[in-house]
Amino acid sequence: MNDLALKELLYKMADDLLILGHRNSEWTGMGPLLEEDIAFSSMAQDKVGQSLALYTMLHQLGEQTPDTVAFTRNANQFHNCVLVELPNQEYDFSLVRHFLFDTADSLRWNILTKSSYEPLAQLAGKIKGELRYHTLHANTWVKQLGSATEESISRLQKSINIVMPYALGIFEESPYETHIIDKGIFEGEKVLMEKWQAKVTEVISQTQLHLPDWKILTPVLGGRKGKHSEHLQPMLEEMSEVFRIDPTAEW
Amino acid sequence: MYGGGNTFEDVKTDDVVLEDPNRLAVFEARIARGEKIEPADWMPELYRKQLIRMIEQHGHSEIIGALPEGTWITRAPGFKRKMALMAKVQDEVGHAQLLYSAAETLGKSREQMIDDLITGKSKYSNIFNYPTFTWADCCFISWLVDAGAIVNQLANAKGSYGPYCRALDRICAEESFHLKYGHHCVIYLAAGTAKQREMFQEALNRWWPPMMHFFGPSDKISTHTEVLMRWKVKMGTNDEMRNQFLDMYVSKIWELGFIIPDPKLKKNTETNTWEYTEPDWEEFKRVINGDGPCNKERLEVRRIAEERGRWVRKALASPKMAYVTPLA
Repeated sequence: MNDLALKELLYKMADDLLILGHRNSEWTGMGPLLEEDIAFSSMAQDKVGQSLALYTMLHQLGEQTPDTVAFTRNANQFHNCVLVELPNQEYDFSLVRHFLFDTADSLRWNILTKSSYEPLAQLAGKIKGELRYHTLHANTWVKQLGSATEESISRLQKSINIVMPYALGIFEESPYETHIIDKGIFEGEKVLMEKWQAKVTEVISQTQLHLPDWKILTPVLGGRKGKHSEHLQPMLEEMSEVFRIDPTAEW
Repeated sequence: MYGGGNTFEDVKTDDVVLEDPNRLAVFEARIARGEKIEPADWMPELYRKQLIRMIEQHGHSEIIGALPEGTWITRAPGFKRKMALMAKVQDEVGHAQLLYSAAETLGKSREQMIDDLITGKSKYSNIFNYPTFTWADCCFISWLVDAGAIVNQLANAKGSYGPYCRALDRICAEESFHLKYGHHCVIYLAAGTAKQREMFQEALNRWWPPMMHFFGPSDKISTHTEVLMRWKVKMGTNDEMRNQFLDMYVSKIWELGFIIPDPKLKKNTETNTWEYTEPDWEEFKRVINGDGPCNKERLEVRRIAEERGRWVRKALASPKMAYVTPLA
């Protein structure tokens, strides 16, 4: 087993979940209605918890402790896609990001239930159940707001147009892609993207929204290699503000 | 969390005298027997008004209280604290949801209540008008403000209005976890580095005066609440609640080696009550009337959240799309 290939897969998944979980948690106290506040907080807790499970797996593979890797790395050491680090902006943006990311993530965990790396397959069995509620939540809202008022439809459409090139960045391939596929660890980003496009199309076709033509979009890549937007580093500094006061202290 | 020391409307004798004496007698007898009053039951107008006001203030305290702690979710040190704090603040927002729905049974809609919060017409717990400068401030709230809240809520859960009592039973169960979480955070600061201890001592110095204000003005100067006590709307006097809090928590703070910033604080063993420096009630009044360090900021954040979410709520109300999905 090529450890680097497996670790690369685990790191990018863990980083995606930590960063998006962090962003989702920023809705606490700020949601458009109390019920949504609570829902985004639940999803944030799930995502941060899932990232912890992956960092723990990495720790068992010889990496540093979860707290150390999550709270002390700089932006260029993070492997998340750029999509998840973008600031929350308005609710339509956060909802569309949640819909596009969680659709992919749910499919990813489903695929991973068959992973040849047994600990990951076991974890996937647990996490895919959590994701079911995240996609149920996203689909319900996209269908409702994507068909309700002129304003809600146009807001969601605008966000879809902005978010889509970033969403394609979820599927940026790893340098170890072939190895990962050959060893049966994961079916690969290309397969995942095809499944994702079909699922996204299925939901959007039930609304008055339109999908841009995938073929003419330029994906925003680089996140998986540590190239990020200007938003990630300040977010990480905020996240580690207390931790850095004394990294050896117990809090 | 919850702000005790509610501000009640002034009770005028007329309010009660004008009620039908027979119905009033039946109502009071039921309460005296320990029965709960339910939404469809007859109740005096004053009872309804005071309860709406009290439950609404409690709901507002939950969503406004989510703000000073909520800003630390993104800064909580380490996975354990980050996840626990997220869950804790989420609970508080959930409490607001429970409380608003209890108040709605008395005839005021959630929208009206939130409008009154934003315009400053209705109040929330004064303590949330103070800033959280450090992680230790956030720990103070999680432990001691929640502890104060539990003292109030356990008393109020024995009140007379059914929907409020049932909401409080659920809230208290969750709050007991908050208290454990907060205490755990403070123990780590107490047993930590010199810097960590200093952080909590400074937080304690900042938060002690607002904590003493938390239970409301001293009985010597607070409004006459006899009828509210008889109707089991108010379950104990402000000083009784404050005393109970001091009884339960002063020794725990001392055990951790921190100094409570009040040289007069001591238990009088003869009267079995606590003696302390009289809190500055002028400051309390000033802050509750809008002139505290964070009043403007708190309401502004709430107002912005309401405005930014308006289109979502409008779209939800749209009859064009009624989406129903099975949960399983």
